[in-house]
Amino acid sequence: MAGLSSGGGSSLGRCSHAVVRALPESLREHALRIEKDKAVDFARAEREHQLYVAVLKSKLGLQVLELPADESLPDCVFVEDVAVVCEETALITRPGAPSRRKEVDAMKRALESLNLNIVEMTDETATLDGGDVLFTGREFFVGLSKRTNQRGAEILADTFKDYAVSTVPVYDSLHLKSFCSMAGPNLIAIGSTEAAQKALKTMQQMSDHRYDKLTVPDDAAANCIYLNIPGKGHVLLHRAPEEYPESAKVFEKLKDHMLIPIANTEMEKVDGLLTCCSVLINKTSEL
Amino acid sequence: MEERESQLPEEVAEPKGNLEEATIESQQEAKADDKEEEKHSVSSADTQPAKEDSKEIGVEKVADEQEEKQKVEEKRETKEVQTAEIKMEKAPQKAPKKIKTVPCKVMLLDGTEYSCDLEKRAKGQVLFDKVCEQLNLLEKDYFGLLLRDNSDQKNWLDSSKEIKRQIRSLPWIFTFNVKFYPPDPSQLTEDITRYFLCLQLRQDIASGRLPCSFVTHALLGSYALQAELGDYDSEEHNNHYISEFQFAPNQTKEMEDKVVELHKTHRGLTPAQADSHFLENAKRLSMYGVDLHHAKDSEGVDIMLGVCANGLLIYKDRLRINRFAWPKILKISYKRSNFYIKVRPAELEQFESTIGFKLPNHRAAKRLWKVCVEHHTFYRLISPEQPPKAKFLTLGSKFRYSGRTQAQTRQASNLIDRPAPYFERTSSKRVSRSLDGAPVGITDQSLLRDFSAATVGPTGDMVFDDEAVGQTTLKNGEGRDEDGSPTKIQQLKLTQDEKPKATSLSASYDNDLNYKAEEEEVEEDQSGLIISAASVAETIKVETGEEETQQQDLDKTQDDLLKHQASISELKRNFMESTPEPRPNEWEKRRITPLSLQTQGSLEEEITSILFSKEGFSTSMKSTFTSSTARTAEGTVVKDNVPSEMLSASPFLQLPEKLASRAEGPCTGASDADKSSHETLNVVEEKKQAEVGIEETVVIDEINRGTIQAVTDAGESRKVEHLSKKDSSSLSSDSSSSSESEDEVVGEYQPHHRAAEDIIREEQEENEDAKRMEECATKVIQSVETIQEGSKVTVNQTQVTAKALSQENAVAIKTGEKNVMEEGKQDLRAEDEEEQLRINGDVSHVDIDVVPQIICCSEPPVVKTEMVTISDATQRTEISTKEVPIVQTETKTITYESPQFDGSAGGDAGVLLSAQTITSESVSTTTTTHITKTVKGGVSETRIEKRIVITGDADIDHDQALAQAIKEAKEQHPDMSVTRVVVHKETELAEEGEE
Repeated sequence: MAGLSSGGGSSLGRCSHAVVRALPESLREHALRIEKDKAVDFARAEREHQLYVAVLKSKLGLQVLELPADESLPDCVFVEDVAVVCEETALITRPGAPSRRKEVDAMKRALESLNLNIVEMTDETATLDGGDVLFTGREFFVGLSKRTNQRGAEILADTFKDYAVSTVPVYDSLHLKSFCSMAGPNLIAIGSTEAAQKALKTMQQMSDHRYDKLTVPDDAAANCIYLNIPGKGHVLLHRAPEEYPESAKVFEKLKDHMLIPIANTEMEKVDGLLTCCSVLINKTSEL
Repeated sequence: MEERESQLPEEVAEPKGNLEEATIESQQEAKADDKEEEKHSVSSADTQPAKEDSKEIGVEKVADEQEEKQKVEEKRETKEVQTAEIKMEKAPQKAPKKIKTVPCKVMLLDGTEYSCDLEKRAKGQVLFDKVCEQLNLLEKDYFGLLLRDNSDQKNWLDSSKEIKRQIRSLPWIFTFNVKFYPPDPSQLTEDITRYFLCLQLRQDIASGRLPCSFVTHALLGSYALQAELGDYDSEEHNNHYISEFQFAPNQTKEMEDKVVELHKTHRGLTPAQADSHFLENAKRLSMYGVDLHHAKDSEGVDIMLGVCANGLLIYKDRLRINRFAWPKILKISYKRSNFYIKVRPAELEQFESTIGFKLPNHRAAKRLWKVCVEHHTFYRLISPEQPPKAKFLTLGSKFRYSGRTQAQTRQASNLIDRPAPYFERTSSKRVSRSLDGAPVGITDQSLLRDFSAATVGPTGDMVFDDEAVGQTTLKNGEGRDEDGSPTKIQQLKLTQDEKPKATSLSASYDNDLNYKAEEEEVEEDQSGLIISAASVAETIKVETGEEETQQQDLDKTQDDLLKHQASISELKRNFMESTPEPRPNEWEKRRITPLSLQTQGSLEEEITSILFSKEGFSTSMKSTFTSSTARTAEGTVVKDNVPSEMLSASPFLQLPEKLASRAEGPCTGASDADKSSHETLNVVEEKKQAEVGIEETVVIDEINRGTIQAVTDAGESRKVEHLSKKDSSSLSSDSSSSSESEDEVVGEYQPHHRAAEDIIREEQEENEDAKRMEECATKVIQSVETIQEGSKVTVNQTQVTAKALSQENAVAIKTGEKNVMEEGKQDLRAEDEEEQLRINGDVSHVDIDVVPQIICCSEPPVVKTEMVTISDATQRTEISTKEVPIVQTETKTITYESPQFDGSAGGDAGVLLSAQTITSESVSTTTTTHITKTVKGGVSETRIEKRIVITGDADIDHDQALAQAIKEAKEQHPDMSVTRVVVHKETELAEEGEE
């Protein structure tokens, strides 16, 4: 059944489709990044991404829409930022970085093809990156960051009226999800930095619901992908032990989860984390 | 100053004597009252004793007037304490009246209407029970009745209070609504309860109050269809059947299609099951059960405060920007239009912080506070907290949720043992249509019409209580009259204490949480006489500790800090630059400023306030206007209050006069005058009746040079009467004020609101004045001590340089009594209209009107001439008896200020320092402080007068109240003395007028 009947957190991670996008070569030179000095091994980046897509497609059985890269959009691989999909509704965002605004076009077409209710963020004053949107299954948290402003959050709240939308200030990181994500129906994975912990506190205070938290030593590792796949149960895509060994150990304590380590070293150099590279959709009907 | 101080010791001692006397007197009176009450009850079980009283009073009045002068003389000399028992003198009681009923309508959730007749004095519970019985609803604690006023705000009918006290002049139309949304509707015991909850939610959704996504609209709509229509039937349910239902504020064809599609999938669900599904989905909506209130945050940004089962939610636009769970909240309080929550320190923090929000008005703040109290109690407590004991003169609202808590209602529900009641599900069509407003509106209109026909006449009566109301007015005034020449009266009205000021408009609540009834911090702050000056700073400070600032800062982001910084500097700037004009705004700003800021800024402010206070002391009193409560039996106007105005600056006569139906009233004033150079504490206990109409006390304090003379003869008093007439302006205001206090007592807070605004403005002005005062080279300190000792009246006046003329006029206008009324019924009208305006929320209006009047009064004429002058000034304000009923209806506390006005008198400036009204269930206290500065011949004199009026129900212990008030006042203002104490007792009239 559509709507809230599937809500309450239990629907979190349900997923039938995913939208991903290939990475353009321009990413190596032109993709936005906080730290300028890291050179991206593009070939390796591509391999990592292909593995990522393969996991979604082959291992988890999702229907994956792969959008072609656009060389004029160096950051286009980070599809998460351009769309927020919850249930049958997709909000096409207005990314905070002007250079990324055109990324939405391909995404919009893809989501339309999935018969989602499309809402576009047309307000010129609004900015929102999907990376700042944390959906817990019960409510939204929106990070107010360099990329996302109040107006963008308001439009998100208007789009998903059923849910509480709380704002969380984000200072030191690119996005809210740069240091957190959902690791289970009621479980927030959170980094250990002060900023991350503070944001978590804020979220806890704002919520009527009490979430469990999974604290990992590395902020970047706190960005993981939780899926609830029929037949497979709880699935967690997390950063590989080679990258973040301490954090990986923490994930490995999750006995109920099918754990899938994924390396993402190259993309991280341009601030790309696991959730950034896909938009997950749960189509309950094929209207 | 020195002189004053030296006098102090004496002053302190004397009052007691008076007090005792007063006590005795009042006790006697009380006894008398009791007897009367008994009689009444015997004669007719249901009748209101008040009626009878009223008539009797009328009789007495006449007598009183005749005797007045004589009595005046006598009493002056002998009785400082006067007890007027009108009742005693009365003629035999009337035959009991039949029970009065009022037609009453309740809009039910299914769009139908329930009508019944209620006894006029019925409490809310009676109606609510009737409705629930009609609905066959047992789990009724989740529901409530809403008053239908013009605003879109929810005003819940308090079931523990009389309906008519809450509804005022509105027609008796209510809406039956869900008040507490069960967080888990599946735990409700009966389907019928869930059904009503569904109906409420459908309304909420269709009206947009409960926002939903498209999908949810469709889903909930489909369950509603299933519940009402049963399984989808392709033959019966064509494409149009659905259009007659409303599922969403903006319903589209697409949505309807979706609803139909979903409806088809619900095949087999029973209505009860469909309701359950509906609720299971609706309860997850983020705004489910959230009661929203408009507010502004500390920076003036529009936000919404949402009260829900779990706590308080803060929204900006549609975004949740903060949340305070009940356990995190230590105390909730409101003061004027500010609403405060004191929050438990966060993990690593040491200090509690207080967060303030600015509501649109006082009423809204109180409403929010009450809703918070109720929600906290209902959802968090096992059993309701007992309302604070009615200890003497408790300040602030004693409101507590009196119904059952959720825990209790669940328990009770478990005991429900009846077969599931059959009930018919009404078509949602009606509901949805009515939601649009049109149909409902129409209905209402007709209802209104009906009601107006029925109730227009009696408008007043709804407002007033039948119960006898005892009013206690404490006036401390020192009156000196110089025949024909300047008289100086200092009036000190003592109320219980300064606290009232803060308290009056504030209340808090604590429990596991703290609902604070009084703002102690504030109280302390305000202990100074000079409340006004300090008020700016103090008010702002409220409960903020400096620590808080720091603490808050910790949490604040840098941006916030910057903002704070900015606002602080703005604060300072404002403070430094404070000019008369912008004051109100400044005030606003300050109040809006985050508490933490305030704290930071407070240092400066505090210093300032201190300065002010000193000045204040040295200042002479200007004008004080206080009104107490008026209660009327139905239809009649009773003004219990004694509004006093003090006008200073001009050499005036001080004519203490009280035209009351009783002789006593006048006596009081006169006596004061007589004992010039003595301070008098007069305790007058009067029982008034509604018929008396308006009783007004106008006190004009003027500063005169020269000696103080006492006015002893009747002739003088006569003059006074005239004056009083001319002071009609005060009358009007009085009535308003009185009504306000009444409201307070009744539990209606609207008046507060108005008062609050006035006060705010006034305080601002006070500040200004204070500054001005500084400039004055000479200051005169007057301390008035009133000691009441039997016949002995002592007036200690320390008047250093100045001429002070005070005038006190107490005028009681009886219905039908013409001498008072002669002059201006029209004016009264005008006043009434003004009042109305104010009611509408335009406070500034009022002030404007009022100010000129005062100014006029303050002009310095010659004694006898003075009266004339006054009359001229005030002419426009005259009171007509006929108008009275209207006046009564209005409640208001008006403070007069003649701040900047440069009248003919020139240089007369009277500032109202502060006015505060504190209300508890049974007691209302109004404190007014006026500062007057007069400059004459290069000498400036400042007077401070503080008047405290305590108004309360009959069951108040007058003596105790009085004693307490005096004591507290003394403690707070050692420099001031009590000059006058007046106790009025009023019995309400029956509803004669109505019929």
